[in-house]
Amino acid sequence: MSAPVHHPHVVAPFDENVSFDELPDAPPSQAYRPTLTGWIGIIITCFWLFIAVFGSFLAPYGENALPFPDDYAEFQSPKEGASLGTDVEDRDVLSRVMYGAGRTIGISFAATLLAYFVGVVLGIGAAVSGPRVDMVMSRINDAFLSLPTIMLGLVVVAAVGSSIPVLILTAGMIYASVVFRLSRAIGMEIMVMDYVEAAKVRGEGRWWIITREIWPNARMPLITDFGLRLIYVILFISSLSFLGLGVQPPQADWGSMVRENLGALQYGESQLAVIAPAVAIATLTVSINLIVDDVSAHGGGKLSKRM
Amino acid sequence: MLSLIIRRLGIGIISVLAVSVIIFVGTMILPGDAEQIRLCQEATEANIAAMRERLGLDKSIVEQYLIWLGNFVRGDLGVSLASDAPIIELIADRYHNTVYVAVLTALIGVPISLALGILAAMFPGSLYDRILTFVSVSLVAAPEFFTATLLVLLFVFALGIGNAVVVGSTEGKDIFGLIAHFALPIATLSFVIASQLIRMSRAAVLNVMSSPYIEMAILKGVPRRRIIMRHALLNAIGPIVNVVALNLAYLVTGVIVVEVYFGYPGLATLIVQAVQTRDFILIQGLGMIFCMTYVVLMLIADVAALMSNPRLRHPK
Repeated sequence: MSAPVHHPHVVAPFDENVSFDELPDAPPSQAYRPTLTGWIGIIITCFWLFIAVFGSFLAPYGENALPFPDDYAEFQSPKEGASLGTDVEDRDVLSRVMYGAGRTIGISFAATLLAYFVGVVLGIGAAVSGPRVDMVMSRINDAFLSLPTIMLGLVVVAAVGSSIPVLILTAGMIYASVVFRLSRAIGMEIMVMDYVEAAKVRGEGRWWIITREIWPNARMPLITDFGLRLIYVILFISSLSFLGLGVQPPQADWGSMVRENLGALQYGESQLAVIAPAVAIATLTVSINLIVDDVSAHGGGKLSKRM
Repeated sequence: MLSLIIRRLGIGIISVLAVSVIIFVGTMILPGDAEQIRLCQEATEANIAAMRERLGLDKSIVEQYLIWLGNFVRGDLGVSLASDAPIIELIADRYHNTVYVAVLTALIGVPISLALGILAAMFPGSLYDRILTFVSVSLVAAPEFFTATLLVLLFVFALGIGNAVVVGSTEGKDIFGLIAHFALPIATLSFVIASQLIRMSRAAVLNVMSSPYIEMAILKGVPRRRIIMRHALLNAIGPIVNVVALNLAYLVTGVIVVEVYFGYPGLATLIVQAVQTRDFILIQGLGMIFCMTYVVLMLIADVAALMSNPRLRHPK
């Protein structure tokens, strides 16, 4: 016979011997333990984060330096001095991938943070501000959501040209609308919970309800979604760069590196110039996805139903 | 039911109008006026004024918008700034490639992915299911040009089939000829939508499989295949159609990258060129076409969800 499992946080609500103040706040959440796929994701993501921060210091050559100034052949195969070969302008592919890491990840991260800041503030705001404000904000948001993201990106780039601040702002605003919808839905869901009712009846203020009741309960799904959103932003920025409308040459960025070096595939030369940046983006997004999947499975996997 | 669909249609029309405002205003705030770029050398005051008048830029913005929208509805998309050709002609030359690839992807990629997903739901937890889930979790996050690169490396360089660029004309080709012609773009896009479709169709069937009436069917001894085909699948159709429509809408984005990657002319490459040359009239026309396709597919997704789930028809 096994001993009965002891649940320290389960207290019978009608136990008159326990005073209100002694009731525990909330069940302690179980610590997240990654599974094997989760660990793979974490290790690869950390690797790319490291490269993103220190890549420009560790790269063997400068971003636009020529490893072989005397040899003008493009797309050289890997050899001594250029371990991933050279690209369309005879620059070192490895160095450019390392420089590109910081730019691709940095822009995407900044854009996702912006999207989250704007989206969560407005979304939770709409959830607590009553139906009229919510209605207006949601309709405006729906109009933006009814556009394919890449089209919005193209229109903005056509209008104001492409630069890194424009990319961050555009991606941030586009994805803020998705975050708005999600955080509004989560906020709404929590607003009708009994404990929020109880807090209102107790006479707590709006700020108290947001910070003490909604935020702790909305935190976990929003953090998991942050990872997912980061993936979409990376793909969005890389696609724009791939189309030649994102990060502009000669700055290195993974998406634009694929575009610049497409010729290598078509003419059958050293294909590493295309493979390296494409694999870099794919390993990064896939490994983030593995983490997100692992975390949301831990949390009951409800995320996919909210989307 | 009918009134609900009509209401959805109304919302669809409103969102198309909202889209047209966003596109129009977005392209109207171009700082370097397009006519200035166009007339670069002869950009004298008089020339610019004449050009502005020809393009109707001297009218108020609301007037311009209404004229533009009226012309669009009548099928007049205006004249391209960069090449001086009527936009309808530019599109007529190129639209088939885009449509072929999108339609063939839908015809080939969607049934295969749905079959794979449903098969995985029939044997949950099996080796096949786990491998498929792992592959689709991995591929769902990979960019189109990564998948395209893998396919090119595999087919063109390892197996020696096909070409890394799509070249030649499609004229006079039957459906099999077209599939062979666009094999790599279609395969790339199919992979991109497949991962999502596999996961969602598997989840939709499994979701139905966990409901009490399926348990009842199992208890009364209905064979497993019959349960899936007669009981589960019919109830999962609604969510599956919804996912299919959403993914087809996603093709609007995917097709742009694929066209540029494989370097064949289509509507997507046209809009990229338009952005590069700041040909705002062309951007407006093409943007509307892409966005309308997207809105229509989203609408189908919504209606499919409504038809399949009576509970959605009476929101609380």
